[in-house]
Amino acid sequence: MNKIEIYDPAMCCSTGVCGPSVEPELTRLASAVYSLEKKGFNIKRFNLTNEPAAFVENALVNQALADKGPEALPMVLLNGEIAKVASYPTNDEFSQWFGMTPEQLQEKPKVKQSIKFSI
Amino acid sequence: MYPLFNPKNVELTPFLFFTGKGGVGKTSVACATAVALADRGKKVLLVSTDPASNLQDVLSVELTGEPVEIPAIANLSAANIDPEAAAKSYREKTVGPYRGKLPDAVIATMEEQLSGACTVEIAAFDEFSSLLSDEAVLEQYDHVVFDTAPTGHTLRLLQLPSAWSGFLDTSTHGASCLGPLAGLEGKKEMYAKAVAALSDFNKTTLLLVARPDVSSLNEAARAAHELKEIGVQNQLLIVNGVLQTRHPEDAVSSAFYDRQRRAMNDAPVALKQVMTYALPFVAYSLIGADNLRHLFSFYSITTAAEANTAETAEMPGLERVIADFEANNTRVIFTMGKGGVGKTTVASAIAVALAERGHRVHLTTTDPAAHLGYTFGSGQGNERLSISSIDPEVEVANYKAEVLKNAGDGLTEEELAYLKEDMESPCTEEIALFKAFATVVDKADDEIVVIDTAPTGHTLLLLDSTEAYHKDMSRSAGDVPDSVKKLLPRLRNPQETGVVIVTLAEATPVLEAARLQEDLKRAQIDPKWWIINQSLYAAQTTDPVLRGRAASEKQWIQKVVDELAAKYAVIPWLAEEKIGYDKLKEFSN
Repeated sequence: MNKIEIYDPAMCCSTGVCGPSVEPELTRLASAVYSLEKKGFNIKRFNLTNEPAAFVENALVNQALADKGPEALPMVLLNGEIAKVASYPTNDEFSQWFGMTPEQLQEKPKVKQSIKFSI
Repeated sequence: MYPLFNPKNVELTPFLFFTGKGGVGKTSVACATAVALADRGKKVLLVSTDPASNLQDVLSVELTGEPVEIPAIANLSAANIDPEAAAKSYREKTVGPYRGKLPDAVIATMEEQLSGACTVEIAAFDEFSSLLSDEAVLEQYDHVVFDTAPTGHTLRLLQLPSAWSGFLDTSTHGASCLGPLAGLEGKKEMYAKAVAALSDFNKTTLLLVARPDVSSLNEAARAAHELKEIGVQNQLLIVNGVLQTRHPEDAVSSAFYDRQRRAMNDAPVALKQVMTYALPFVAYSLIGADNLRHLFSFYSITTAAEANTAETAEMPGLERVIADFEANNTRVIFTMGKGGVGKTTVASAIAVALAERGHRVHLTTTDPAAHLGYTFGSGQGNERLSISSIDPEVEVANYKAEVLKNAGDGLTEEELAYLKEDMESPCTEEIALFKAFATVVDKADDEIVVIDTAPTGHTLLLLDSTEAYHKDMSRSAGDVPDSVKKLLPRLRNPQETGVVIVTLAEATPVLEAARLQEDLKRAQIDPKWWIINQSLYAAQTTDPVLRGRAASEKQWIQKVVDELAAKYAVIPWLAEEKIGYDKLKEFSN
């Protein structure tokens, strides 16, 4: 199975709500990744703000940052090789990498987990 | 009007939270309450989150995050937790290990993401929680008095099941406002306990502190409603600084008194449901144990305060500001400041003065339309002055609708709830407003634009980094609007843009304004003018209580002049409210 790693720029939220404009690209991506994860695919996402270690440990990412600075982000690695620089995968690319139709990709995950406490 | 507040006569719970906007005196009232309780033999812990460590001055003791006994006051211990410092140490903990391992430019983007108001707010909640959830604290103290309270936004976020469920950890749907709580899971129990204690009628009282003026009372009503809705039911309102007597022959004294009475009479209905107390307007500073005790003895004046009154020093007025903008051909003017300092009035006065001098001016304000009408009255204006109003509620509602339209698809119910709550953060309003301003400024090429608020440095820096990031994403539909892109460099250009900080000559407003200025400087914007508004020191009054207060303004005016402002002006407290175009003209005459 293919393995995808997405290295995000420093963001306070990965849904894109906090930016100066609504970023449908980010919410699309967040939904797609969530859905793929729930289906058990090997996909990982790292936000520079929360998980800087990943950006240091991966030699390819680290080199790209040294060369291009933050502009290199977001970066996408497919099986450990650079697949995209400065942009996110499209839904078509996801479908291709994971061998599924774009419709399957957009199916809502059924798994729900929550821990509630009320005041 | 209202019974006077005295901790002696009020049944008080173990946890007391004082809340209110900056400058309402909540640290002083919290402090005086703690002293009064301690004097009655109760073991009291006073916890301040005042980043300026006002409390240290008030109690004349050096404070740290650990409770220390106050030597001068038996039974009282105090601690000062500084949420900004907590946020900073969190930031350093996150970023520090990567200095040198990642390029500086990359480190800078990380730091900025962790510099927002949200980080500070959550850091503060983190600090409260350890006290609220620790049973040993209540074995040791009868009362724990906090001089601030978590906001509704923070509490609601923590209540959402999605904040706790796994998908935050997988960072698929990372949290904005909960960002600093990356290791959330480990603290779940502590936060749950803290939130439960907050909503326990027998454990916690929320004391809303407000000034007897319209905007402060409205703000208190909003906070009361919001916190009640999420379960913080046990509430009291303290209207602080009510002038007890007036001197009929003194115009300032009479007007001051009448304005306060009117505001209290017209207080929002929502506040009438809350038990309300008053505290007197006092001439002395609430510093040191003796003065704190005087507050509940309802002394308005102490001998020390009376002797020291104002010789009227020469203070430049608003006309100096106008002349400067005119000489420099400033095209965009922002007035900035916290709520209640009068920035809308100052913006209106600047706009009118420039129109009077023959310039075409466009004034835009975020005050509800009704208030703008109130400021301008129904009198004749000037054809060179046009006015538009930006309603924050409408802008935010539009913005939210846009987000949900673009982003709501495909989200589960829980994620949607989270997304919605994320948009209740102050950042959302700021960004929505900034976009609205940018549109106004963009349209006005041959007019001077005066705007009664401005984005914080944090937002500007976020906008900036996003702009850089967007360069590579031209196909994105959610691109930064052109008007916003054009406004950023204009804001930074001192030839074109003048930023005016409006403040009052009191401790908290001055310190808050100083922080505002620091934040703007981070975004390479240098505020040009400071305007000290509603100064009693600059007003002519013989009322001994008001004169006492005027004297205490002196040190804050001096601080602005000596340490903070590039240029400054002072507007006296005016007996007459400047309503209407012709009255607004008088500001700069």
